[in-house]
Amino acid sequence: MHVGLHHYLFVSFMLFSLGLLGVIMRRNLLVIYMSLELMLNAANLALVSFSRFNNKLDGQVLVFFIITVAAAEVAVGLALIVALYRKRQSAHVEDLTSMKL
Amino acid sequence: MKNEFFPWLILFLPLLSATVIALFTLRSKTVSSLISIGAVAAGFVMTCLFVNANGIHYSGETSVNWLTIGGLNVDFGLKLDALSMMMMFVVTGVGGLIHIYSYSYMDEDASKARFFAFLSLFTFSMLGIVLANNFLMTFIFWELVGVSSYLLIGFWFEKPSAGDAAKKAFITNRLGDFGFLAGILMVWGLLGSLNFSALQNAMVSNPAALGASATIAGLLIFCGAAGKSAQFPLHVWLPDAMEGPTPVSALIHAATMVAAGVYMLCRTLFLYNADALHVIAYIGGFTALLAALMAVQQNDIKRIIAYSTLSQLGYMVMAVGLSGPTPAMFHLTTHAFFKALLFLSAGSVIIGMHHEQDIWHMGGLKKKMPVTFWTFTIGALALSGIPPFAGFYSKDSILAQCLEQKNYLLFAVAVFVAGLTAFYTFRLFFVVFFGKEKTDHAKHAHESPLIITAPLVILAIFATIGGFIGITNNYGSQFATDHETLSLTQQLLEPLKTPVPMFIGIGVAVVGIVLAFLLYKKADKDPLPARLGVLATWMRDKFYFDELYEKTFIRAHDFLAAVADWIDSWILEGAIIGAIRGGTDLSGRALRLAQTGNLQTYAFLFVLGVALLLYFVLGK
Repeated sequence: MHVGLHHYLFVSFMLFSLGLLGVIMRRNLLVIYMSLELMLNAANLALVSFSRFNNKLDGQVLVFFIITVAAAEVAVGLALIVALYRKRQSAHVEDLTSMKL
Repeated sequence: MKNEFFPWLILFLPLLSATVIALFTLRSKTVSSLISIGAVAAGFVMTCLFVNANGIHYSGETSVNWLTIGGLNVDFGLKLDALSMMMMFVVTGVGGLIHIYSYSYMDEDASKARFFAFLSLFTFSMLGIVLANNFLMTFIFWELVGVSSYLLIGFWFEKPSAGDAAKKAFITNRLGDFGFLAGILMVWGLLGSLNFSALQNAMVSNPAALGASATIAGLLIFCGAAGKSAQFPLHVWLPDAMEGPTPVSALIHAATMVAAGVYMLCRTLFLYNADALHVIAYIGGFTALLAALMAVQQNDIKRIIAYSTLSQLGYMVMAVGLSGPTPAMFHLTTHAFFKALLFLSAGSVIIGMHHEQDIWHMGGLKKKMPVTFWTFTIGALALSGIPPFAGFYSKDSILAQCLEQKNYLLFAVAVFVAGLTAFYTFRLFFVVFFGKEKTDHAKHAHESPLIITAPLVILAIFATIGGFIGITNNYGSQFATDHETLSLTQQLLEPLKTPVPMFIGIGVAVVGIVLAFLLYKKADKDPLPARLGVLATWMRDKFYFDELYEKTFIRAHDFLAAVADWIDSWILEGAIIGAIRGGTDLSGRALRLAQTGNLQTYAFLFVLGVALLLYFVLGK
């Protein structure tokens, strides 16, 4: 079976959808966070596939950027979650409704 | 030599003085009063110099362009002719004497500096009316006079009655001014100019230029004069205005401000058609009669003189209405002399009596206050129209004008009023100066200082000789081109040309004086109420005009205000604003439901939005 661009994109789409479902459905902040990372990596996969099949390196350059930014984001995001947990004794989204009037 | 900058200086010096006092010297009574007196005295001197250099019959205009809006060109200009020149003499001359008098009269008042600032402001406004060369300028200074008279009447604002009187004067004047403004707009709309000379030319070249609305326009402008000159039905403010200090009564309510209405009528005489003049004449005659009747039963020394002012103003307005601007202005000028004299003498009596104003608490002041007595006597004789005092000549010219116009009804009214005038004036005179002292204050009364009596003496001289020093010549040449200048002797004997009104006038005046003598020579209390019964009560209570206005206009006004208040609070505030506010509130509450505060709801909506966007952008 020949593996083409479609297949890669399909995997990427599945990963993205899984991440999206996780963000919308899961209640634990850490899991939501992991789902977000999953969505980023789905995007990475799509970019790399396009880069490979179109013989252009632009996509790969962009992926490096995304990985770097994601690493920084994880550092900040995790720190925020830890701080929040210390303050509220909870990491569940239902408890974080203080923005509501 | 023209010196046309003199009138500008005369006009603006009092304003400068008021500004300097208000900004810098409010703490010093003496400096402030001297600045104010200096400004008006300089004005008088410059008026003399100007007239000396150019002659009283000088006729000119000096103006700067003030504003141009479309077709409307308004100048800020001065009209210099015999009419304005004579009025400048009155305002700066009589006004100057009153300023000097006030220096002593207001000496004990803590706010003397403020008083002089107001006086200067008033002088400025009054000179503005006198010198204005167009209607808009007249109107502006007209309102300034209203404001400064408000300030001066309410000078002792800590007294509620003074505050009320000031408000009453201001609001009553505003009523008249409303008509005045409407009249000015009408004239402008029909003739296309506000400048007096231009208007006069337009009216002369085409007497029917105002068309069918001539009567209405004339009467609307007369409304302004009726307010300022306190003509029926707007006469109610003037007697109450006596709450102000006595020099104010003399300056504003005798010599100048109330004369503004008559002056304005004479200035714009060319605008009025026969119908309008008719109405003006009858209103004047009615005011004269009404006020004279009211004066008979008043007991406050200043109020009696105030009602007589009303009555004399009615005379002047009547004369204007009978197409006699010369007699009107003549009477205005002599009236300024003798009425200022009477007010200032009354002020001197009031000081001597330690601020007692009820004439039935006075008595026997003849020996205690000789100078005041003699000056008051001259003023009273002049007011009653006894020859050779000034009032005789001017009143006679008005009576003669009535006959010349063959208006016998108004002639009868004028004669009757002349008799009443003599009667109430000498009622006041006998009760205050003769008989025995009725209170301790009267026993210990004393003559006033020289600075008070000196202006009295000067005014008394003019009240004596004012009838034949050429005042009619100056006005006559203004209003009639064929006027011949009379010599001193001719002026002295002028009334003899029309012996009928002269003898009738003298006759009723003498009858009035004799009646007053018989009734009041030794009276301790007023014998009239017993004889006249209910009529006397009516006179004392001013024919219930205040009560009538209270019951009708003020009630109606209160009702309108209540309706407006109801509309405001229930329809504007309640329905319209309420609906807008309620609607906003409701939609806010509804939209707020979307804000759950749940992170995942937001994320879901966000995704939904993205999906929709993608569908619209790519999907089709």
